[in-house]
Amino acid sequence: MNKDIRLLQGNEACALGAIYAGCDFFGGYPITPSTEIAEEMALLLPKKGGKFIQMEDEIAGIGTILGAAAAGAKAMTATSGPGFSLMMELLGYGCMAEIPCVIVNVQRGGPSTGLPTKGAQADMMQARWGTHGDHPTIALCPSSVEESFKLTVKAFNLAEKFRMPVILLLDEFIGHMREKMEMPAAGELELYTHPQPTVSPAEYTHYGDGTSVGGPYASMGSGYRFNITGLTHDQHGFPTGRSDEIQWKMDRLKDKIEKHRPELVEVDQEFMDDAEIAVFSYGGAARSAQQAIREARAKGIKAGLVRPTTIWPFPDQALEEILRRVKTMIVAEISQGQLLGEIQRLNQTHTKVIPVQRYDGEMLTPNEVLNAIVEVTK
Amino acid sequence: MKNRYEIRLSGSGGQGMITAGIILAEAAGVYDGKNVVQSQSYGPEARGGASKAEVIISDKEIFYPKATAIDILLAMTQEAWEKYSSDLNPDAVAIVDSWYVKDLDKPGVISLPLSLKAREEVGLEIIANVIALAAIAQITGVVSKEALEKSLLSRVPKGTEEKNRMALEIGFRLGKEAKK
Repeated sequence: MNKDIRLLQGNEACALGAIYAGCDFFGGYPITPSTEIAEEMALLLPKKGGKFIQMEDEIAGIGTILGAAAAGAKAMTATSGPGFSLMMELLGYGCMAEIPCVIVNVQRGGPSTGLPTKGAQADMMQARWGTHGDHPTIALCPSSVEESFKLTVKAFNLAEKFRMPVILLLDEFIGHMREKMEMPAAGELELYTHPQPTVSPAEYTHYGDGTSVGGPYASMGSGYRFNITGLTHDQHGFPTGRSDEIQWKMDRLKDKIEKHRPELVEVDQEFMDDAEIAVFSYGGAARSAQQAIREARAKGIKAGLVRPTTIWPFPDQALEEILRRVKTMIVAEISQGQLLGEIQRLNQTHTKVIPVQRYDGEMLTPNEVLNAIVEVTK
Repeated sequence: MKNRYEIRLSGSGGQGMITAGIILAEAAGVYDGKNVVQSQSYGPEARGGASKAEVIISDKEIFYPKATAIDILLAMTQEAWEKYSSDLNPDAVAIVDSWYVKDLDKPGVISLPLSLKAREEVGLEIIANVIALAAIAQITGVVSKEALEKSLLSRVPKGTEEKNRMALEIGFRLGKEAKK
């Protein structure tokens, strides 16, 4: 069979990945630099019997995907910083009510309207803490067009399994960049869909034991009765003020991440076997770092790259191990230090940590990263 | 032939520079089988403002997606020439539109009547981007003519194929004349 090789934007690959994963509902409001995702979904979804709906704003957009997902759809929305800000309240609702869905944020420069057509990586902390209260967060961050496709598929799988909103943290650089990729054949990538309950409706508890991660849960309208609320609730979804039930619910949310870190965290490493200098970078910024470490190696400098494709949960364990091993860590990001702060939090060994940052709407150049590497060796 | 080319197509928003970049990248990547990355930069406006698309074509894996030392530059407006011609390689091929770019501060620039021929021979100034791509293919060989035609015809709206073929021929001809 002929290979299906296409030239695609990161945004287009994200939409195609969503379709591959079985997405059958998209609700949202178009915003640069994420618009191509909505455009592509509007073209593709009706052809496979799915639904696309353009809402009046991003608050309504995330509202529709939570409703659709609660009713059993695989649902997605896509936005950028200003829309992501508007979604924060309902993102928390999705965490509390445990509704699986995918929220794509193609990051642009902020704050506020900021830089509509230029990229940034400055929503990393918003993805983690933008909605209030202690809550679990899963956020994935692609560095290429192919990863945009594959991590979108993974985002749907994780949302279904962990029963919560999953954020795909793209950036304008990758979202708008075109590369060629070979389309995965049907069945080539693993897909996960949550099981339906097998107990009788009388025995069913929507938030019962064993339903948190990888367990069965029912769709609204399927005959199983349950309540959905943003209020802290008991196993049936009804609001509670009992401290034991509150503690149970909050531990349930926390354990989704804490008991499954190895399954969630993925870190790509290049040239790290004998590296003395590690560059830590993700998303669009990692492309500059990939070039820089190769140029450093050509100069005989033992530099390597640590590139997480899961930014939340943060790869604490892998990073601590690397910090113990290397002499210097260079943190390359397109923000004023959101990534740097996490590295400093984990740097118990007092390894030398050097920031390389840019926040003028442009990518870091490989030279900016290389210069920092060379400076270390002097 | 070099094993890596950095190409910048620049003009004013609405002149089809990003479309041209996509067609070039698809031609070299999907049809010629090279590694390619295409990126762009533009302002919030839909029309006007300087706009550029960049394409990197290489035999090897491409990491950083932006051009840093330009091998081939197209400038369709004076503003684009002034804004985007500062980082040319010493042996770069620079092609400008003779109608809109009058003031050249570097020697050796190839000035071609791209928008003029688009108006006079095709009757559509918007197709100057296709004429420019054909001229680039003819002059530099960075992409095969066959790949360019396949990619172009797969991307243009139905019913415009003849005009686009005509634009390709004009571009190849301008390229041949420029090489003499």
